Amino acid sequence: MVSFTLNNRQVSVDADPRTPLLWAIRDHVGLTGTKYGCGAGLCGACTIHVDGTAQRSCQIDVGAVAGKTVVTIEGLSPNSSHSLQKAWVAEEVPQCGYCQSGQIMKAAELLAKNPKPSRADIIAHMDSNICRCGTYHRIIAAIQRAAMEG
Amino acid sequence: MTMIDTTPSRRSVLAGLGGLTFCIAVGSDGVRLMSQAQANALANASVTPWVRIAPDGTITILSAGAEMGQGSMTSLPLIVAEEMDADWSKVAIEWTPADASVYGYKNPIGTEQLMWIVGSRAVQLYFTQLRTAGAQVRKVLIANAAQKWGVDAATLKTEPSVVINPANGARMTYGEIAAFGTIPATLPAVDPKEFKERKDFRLIGKSQPRRDTPSKVNGTAQYAIDVKLPGMVYASTLHSPVHNAQAGIWDPGKQDQSAAAPESWNDAEIKAMKGVIAVVKLANGLAVVADHFETAKAGRDALKVKWTRAKADGFNSDQALADYVRIHADPNAQAAKLEEKGDVKTAFASAAKTYHAEFRSDYGYHAQMEPLNAVVRLNEAGNKAEVWEGSQAPDESRKAVAKALGLKEEQVDFHQCYMGGGFGRRSLGDYAAECALIAKEVRRPVKLIWTREEDIAQGMFRPQSFQCLEAATDASGKVTGWKHCVVGDGEFLLITGIKIPYYGVPNQYIERRGVSHGIKLKHWRAVGHVFNTFAIESFVDQMAVDQGMDPIEFRFERMGATPKARKVFEALAQMSDYKAKRPDGRALGISITERSGSLGAGAVEISLDRTSGKIRVHKVWAAIDGGLIVQPGAAKANVESAIIYGLSSILHERVTIKDGAVEQSNFHDYSLMRMSDLPEEMNVTFVDVDTRPTGLGEIGNPFIAGAISNAFYRLTSKRLRHLPFTPERVLETLKA
Repeated sequence: MVSFTLNNRQVSVDADPRTPLLWAIRDHVGLTGTKYGCGAGLCGACTIHVDGTAQRSCQIDVGAVAGKTVVTIEGLSPNSSHSLQKAWVAEEVPQCGYCQSGQIMKAAELLAKNPKPSRADIIAHMDSNICRCGTYHRIIAAIQRAAMEG
Repeated sequence: MTMIDTTPSRRSVLAGLGGLTFCIAVGSDGVRLMSQAQANALANASVTPWVRIAPDGTITILSAGAEMGQGSMTSLPLIVAEEMDADWSKVAIEWTPADASVYGYKNPIGTEQLMWIVGSRAVQLYFTQLRTAGAQVRKVLIANAAQKWGVDAATLKTEPSVVINPANGARMTYGEIAAFGTIPATLPAVDPKEFKERKDFRLIGKSQPRRDTPSKVNGTAQYAIDVKLPGMVYASTLHSPVHNAQAGIWDPGKQDQSAAAPESWNDAEIKAMKGVIAVVKLANGLAVVADHFETAKAGRDALKVKWTRAKADGFNSDQALADYVRIHADPNAQAAKLEEKGDVKTAFASAAKTYHAEFRSDYGYHAQMEPLNAVVRLNEAGNKAEVWEGSQAPDESRKAVAKALGLKEEQVDFHQCYMGGGFGRRSLGDYAAECALIAKEVRRPVKLIWTREEDIAQGMFRPQSFQCLEAATDASGKVTGWKHCVVGDGEFLLITGIKIPYYGVPNQYIERRGVSHGIKLKHWRAVGHVFNTFAIESFVDQMAVDQGMDPIEFRFERMGATPKARKVFEALAQMSDYKAKRPDGRALGISITERSGSLGAGAVEISLDRTSGKIRVHKVWAAIDGGLIVQPGAAKANVESAIIYGLSSILHERVTIKDGAVEQSNFHDYSLMRMSDLPEEMNVTFVDVDTRPTGLGEIGNPFIAGAISNAFYRLTSKRLRHLPFTPERVLETLKA
């Protein structure tokens, strides 16, 4: 049994502590907004926050987040009201949408640390996250919009 | 949109609804709307609600637009809503069932009805059918209002979701009509001349937000991988590393190798693992079933399997490409003629000059972000199955599952889900059929997820190819003869985009020379267009350079570009400031692009790092004739997406096969374009035309390779002739 805070809620997961956090969140807890893309820390589709830092949930054992605070896309805001979520809608970023939870979580980490990032800052920060539909330019525009509109 | 609910029976849907329900049925004359009374009277006919208007004004329109990011789920109902004159804000969208006889379009190259959302077909093939349906519904609504008011229907007009009598200003909402209205036994006929005029469109041509967007920014969008059923277990597969082999000890004396069995793998060891429920043998692999995915995957990773032999044993993709050259040179090799026009022999015999060029292209992988997966549940009796899958061809998937289970299609209910990318891979239902077999064996609902490694190793690829092009010019430099031969595996996949209807070369001979390797191949965003357009447009550029002509002028003057082609090149020249000098170290390259009825011209501005061999694309322009653009915003997003897909595949992606097995295994060695390689500018424009809509999901892809290659020539006086243009290849080309 591993206990941690997930989206402001205390959860206990009855899984082998070596279970990847990704599957613990998706299958054991049942929050499916966090996606499986590569299982190898290469694409960023499973990006979540652990104590405020963006992490690849496929690369962390659930046992490693015991007592920590985890936030997934479902916990970013209660009603899609985070500035990034609003900007993502305004810029019509998603196509297939599968990578976007990870993209938004990665971007949220950036804005938390650097509220007015330059284009170069955005690219350097977001380069780890793959979007196969090629929405990169809209992701940049959405982050810039969120930074401006707050 | 609820996608996990079990679909109630069609009759109960019909019986339980208040308001007006228009039905659709298939007859000898194709798909048509019909009244509910008429539908109920038709014994055994396939009948389903298509448009429902509730007394509160809510209009539910079913969408056959499988959604993989291209926006069809929104665009198709919008076409119905336009002709209905529905208030779009009151329209709810639901998926259609996977019944092609009811919801399919007529296969443009056959007679059957299909629901395949492939080849950029959705809007172009459903357009007229959906307009007709919408117009019929509007006529019925007007007729009901006319009767109520005691006036002539012809005097009435509509505004969104309201019928209006201009004579006295009376208004009646569609919802009000639904509360009392009736649908005639025979629905009114609609002549295409009665369709709305373009100037009257309220929705078509005016970008509406996609309906799937809100759910894609908060994690609620439902992909098949997210479906969870009570009692569900998880499966992870290991397929034969060499395509199409089986788990089993090869016995050369036996005809049927499928009987070879658990002793061919470490069955007992896997089954003893904690949480493992079963090991199920599949046609080309094994599935480990367990209580959780991570347990199933651990079992899958621990499998040690002896595989039977397969056709692709020992296959080497580099060697095969070399063999293609020999096949091309072999006068006795079998060839399939694809095009023959005029007198090619004479054109070449009397040529003032002839040209010749060869090109190669490697295998490409779809790399959709959501690895292949499906969920299947069978009832207790095993005579009813439900499938949850994101599918480009729900009808095909339903068929595949029914076949795997020995059931009739009617015994399979298909629940469409969003797709985390499709790109041509998700139209077979192969993995859904695997999931069905597993569910049948373990008698529990099963979610099957292919690992990324499986997804690549079992990728059905864009075929590799060798191409030889030859041209003959007359004394004036005009291209009078054209020969193009493509060699490779993949038959119809190999030949898309090989014809050149946009040029007016009088004498042509185009052929395919086929081989078969036993490697799985599949449609892939524009498939053959990628390497065929590359070869054609690089070759054209080579001739333009040789004749010292501007490449656009050459296409106009010497290739006989059609008026449609001239128009897109003219638009391109204007938008890209084509004649302007580029900054030092940069060059512009152009190419035509064609796919699914659409035609365009594209350009890229590149620079080159001569030390690393890395090509950088700074700016991209595309001018597209896609007919009438139904949703400009989504259309632009599609073209932009295909541009990036093209750039990624042309500069980064390469599948190689050695000793029969795919060498790449995940995104570390199958590298996709990332944000840092994004061009600084992407400019997409649609030429303004009134013709019917054509496909736009792939048109942004085919020009990329030729445009980059032609720009590269302008920078270096060297030609890139082998896709992809990886840094190693670029360095080799520079040295050559």
